[in-house]
Amino acid sequence: MANMIGTPVKRKEDPRLLTGNGMFTDDMKLPGMLHAAFLRSPFAHAKIVRIDTETAKQYPGVIAVFTGADLIGKVKPVPTMWYVPGADLKAKDRSPLALEKVLYAGEAVAVVVAEDRYIARDALELISVDYEELPAVTHQEKALQEGAPLVHDDVPQNLALLWKAGEVPDEAFEQAEVVVRQRLYNQRVIPNPMETRAAVAQFNPGSGEMTIWCTSQNPHIHRMIYSGVLGIPESKLRIVAPDVGGGFGAKIATYTEEAVVGHAARELRRPVKWVEERREHFMATTHARDEVIEVELAGKKDGTFTALRVKNTANLGAYLSTFGGGCPTIDFGLMITGAYHIPQAAVVTYGVYTNTTPTDAYRGAGKPEATFQIERIVDLFARKVGMDPLEVRRKNLIPKESFPYTTAMGLLYDSGNYELTLEKALEAVDYEALRKEQEELRAQGKLIGIGFSTYVELCGFGPSKVAGAIGFQGGVWENSTVRVHPTGKVTVYTGTSPHGQGTATSFAQIVSDKLGVPIEDIELVHGDTQSISMGWGTYGSRTTAVGGAAVAIAADRVVAKAKRIAAHELEVATEDIDFAGGVFSVKGVPGREKTFQEIARSANFAWNLPDDVEPSLEAQSFFDPSNFVYPFGAHICVVEVDKDTGEVALRKYVAVDDVGKVINPLLAEGQVHGGVVQGIGQALWEGAVYSENGQLLSGTFMDYTMPKARFFPRVEWHFTETPSPVNPLGAKGIGETGTTAAPPAVVNAVMDALQPFGVDDLDMPLTPEKVWKAMQNRREGI
Amino acid sequence: MNKSCKVTLTVNEVERTAEVEPRMLLVHFLRETLNLTGTHIGCDTSQCGACTVLVNGEAVKSCTMLAVQADGASITTVEGLGDVEHLHPIQQGFWEKHGLQCGFCTPGVMMAMVSLLQEHPAPTEEEVREALEGVICRCTGYQFIVDAVLHAAAEMAKLQESGNVSDTMPVGEGR
Repeated sequence: MANMIGTPVKRKEDPRLLTGNGMFTDDMKLPGMLHAAFLRSPFAHAKIVRIDTETAKQYPGVIAVFTGADLIGKVKPVPTMWYVPGADLKAKDRSPLALEKVLYAGEAVAVVVAEDRYIARDALELISVDYEELPAVTHQEKALQEGAPLVHDDVPQNLALLWKAGEVPDEAFEQAEVVVRQRLYNQRVIPNPMETRAAVAQFNPGSGEMTIWCTSQNPHIHRMIYSGVLGIPESKLRIVAPDVGGGFGAKIATYTEEAVVGHAARELRRPVKWVEERREHFMATTHARDEVIEVELAGKKDGTFTALRVKNTANLGAYLSTFGGGCPTIDFGLMITGAYHIPQAAVVTYGVYTNTTPTDAYRGAGKPEATFQIERIVDLFARKVGMDPLEVRRKNLIPKESFPYTTAMGLLYDSGNYELTLEKALEAVDYEALRKEQEELRAQGKLIGIGFSTYVELCGFGPSKVAGAIGFQGGVWENSTVRVHPTGKVTVYTGTSPHGQGTATSFAQIVSDKLGVPIEDIELVHGDTQSISMGWGTYGSRTTAVGGAAVAIAADRVVAKAKRIAAHELEVATEDIDFAGGVFSVKGVPGREKTFQEIARSANFAWNLPDDVEPSLEAQSFFDPSNFVYPFGAHICVVEVDKDTGEVALRKYVAVDDVGKVINPLLAEGQVHGGVVQGIGQALWEGAVYSENGQLLSGTFMDYTMPKARFFPRVEWHFTETPSPVNPLGAKGIGETGTTAAPPAVVNAVMDALQPFGVDDLDMPLTPEKVWKAMQNRREGI
Repeated sequence: MNKSCKVTLTVNEVERTAEVEPRMLLVHFLRETLNLTGTHIGCDTSQCGACTVLVNGEAVKSCTMLAVQADGASITTVEGLGDVEHLHPIQQGFWEKHGLQCGFCTPGVMMAMVSLLQEHPAPTEEEVREALEGVICRCTGYQFIVDAVLHAAAEMAKLQESGNVSDTMPVGEGR
């Protein structure tokens, strides 16, 4: 059998999904199932004076209406999971339904449970709530100002956390030959997976057991937290993530609605379903980014960097979401130096409460913001010293001889060959020719821009002791069982929880190579806390690097045991057994062999096992890596800006990524396309906009521009393979590289195009209006 | 409000009759009444196209249409496109070219593209991208969807040439 690892295998998942045989949460139907709908606050900040649910309760088909008061003592507030240390963290847990106050528009204040979803929606209209509107604050810098409205009365200045890392003496900047400073805004975006959140809960009053099927990226985390919130022992709470229609970080968080649905099922003794509408999703599911980043880079006239200092003022929204505190601090702050050798660096993050939807992880979670600021400031530095941004990068990229490399922020980059990806990208775009063409077109009055992003990303979460040190209230190891059935078919269990990544295929490839079993004979079970003892889910590009590594180790253990059984049957010592292509053979004795399937039967029947070998053939691994992994690469974007309209057209996009060992290049490329398009989306179109009083103005797909197919040229992808030493597969992560690398590549390209106008920076998204105005101001200035 | 109407329509070549509320959306009728859950709901405001089905052969977002408006119509959903043993070329294309990741938008996207290929059997890449205007996919970045559609177009042209057309548009072989 050919090596499956490294082969572009078609997905095992697809026939089911292509024929309408998927099972997403909203596809579930249970006997007697009721439907829930949430009433949400129209105000960003208000006192709840009175809620009258009587009329709604009388509406035919309504079974129950609950308000926050009804849930006191029954459903506890939902806590964050990331207590960032040394940050004077003022964590604010979320009440399952608002009690005295609502703190953002869209916060749930009541729930209706009815016979069908139409009736539930009808009854929402019959609930009357008297609000006393309070002044709201939505912008983090305004929220920090004296006299700003307080989101939480006991959090002065709305300062939820103040976190610092690294040190740079002032002299490093005062005495530097060159210093560039820039204030950047990494705008608020909305992850928007195509499946909104949904939950179905069922309670067995006899046993006290509850099952919640929900749209989760990490069902075991949800089990752990909802267990406390609902007061149900973890041993009696089962969380199932069936088919999940994308997550991008939005389905990591532990929300309140799922817990309320669980409680309703318990109280009403009937299954309850809730499906979020898209308009609700815009308000009630986590947003991301929203960071004002002030960056200063010091260096020499020859282009060498010497010191970096960064201040991040991050909008956390109204509550501290599950990973909300970690994204703008640890995830962002430790990665500020990017792919460059910068001897000194320091970061400070102000995490601020505002009357907005809470922010949390979104594809990259802190790393895209870190990459954006360093890649932008590097370009501005190049401009200041009059060098090609390419040359400045070449001068400062960490050289391949330096790996493993310890950064100024104290991270140990595992492996890298940054120049290689850059050179490959230059070759792909034919850089010199491109610059010439740019010049020629400029002469004709056309605005062409070339933008670089030479990024590195931290992922593969990660060592659990590091998780502990950074205040994450959980482990980040991974769990896998490889179970061989008597017929030699294989079921693999993983604690990761894929939702579109194709993990059933990529993990089958890993196991196929290990066991010599065709991938058709290997099934993956994931996303069910009853089948899988423990696990930490899919986020932070950890699935292959951590979960896949656990699978590989468990499969090795299966082989080790099978070898002993084969040796026993073939009457030789274990050392004399070779195993290849699914066949155990005696070294040097052709023809004396047993197939993997024969040994699977022997192991399970146990008629003739060695005395010290137990029956059955399965093995488990709990893999905790020694370090994170650091994928890297070089993206080059070429844009054309329309002088008359300000519209940015993408002419070319080349991505060269190194994600260590690639298990399935087809799936890897799919991840790159999706990530790059999302990253370009942030650069050019996407953005959540609040009015001054906290109304979400970009609250539907009509107001929030999702990337469409016609916006894009083909993304050209190449990869190099620099294995990671921290896991047995040599794999890194790929899911978040696109959203990390693309925004600065695009913005750098647009700024390059606008160079004739002397425009150094514009805030994302680079809408035609913004770009046109920038050119217009400059024209008027001339 | 709760007054119900009788509707009779043909779904995937099977005639179905049901009593529905006049306000019931076609997509809810398909999913809840007929249990055809392959058609998904992604936005409620007719932008995302996850709910696209064929109504009398034309792509329609089934969240924009009431079940009663479909009375007498012939509907094709993803379940009627082709089963695992007999995939429609568009399904095969999506499989071959990795045109789906989470699979949530996929049924609607495929139905929209079946409609495109009926009208334009040999679209260019640009035409496919234009035709995808009515759908949103958050996972794939669209590139492999485009490849999937072009692959399907080529396969359908081959089938057309060989005269074996009966399998190319098997609309209605499903449930």
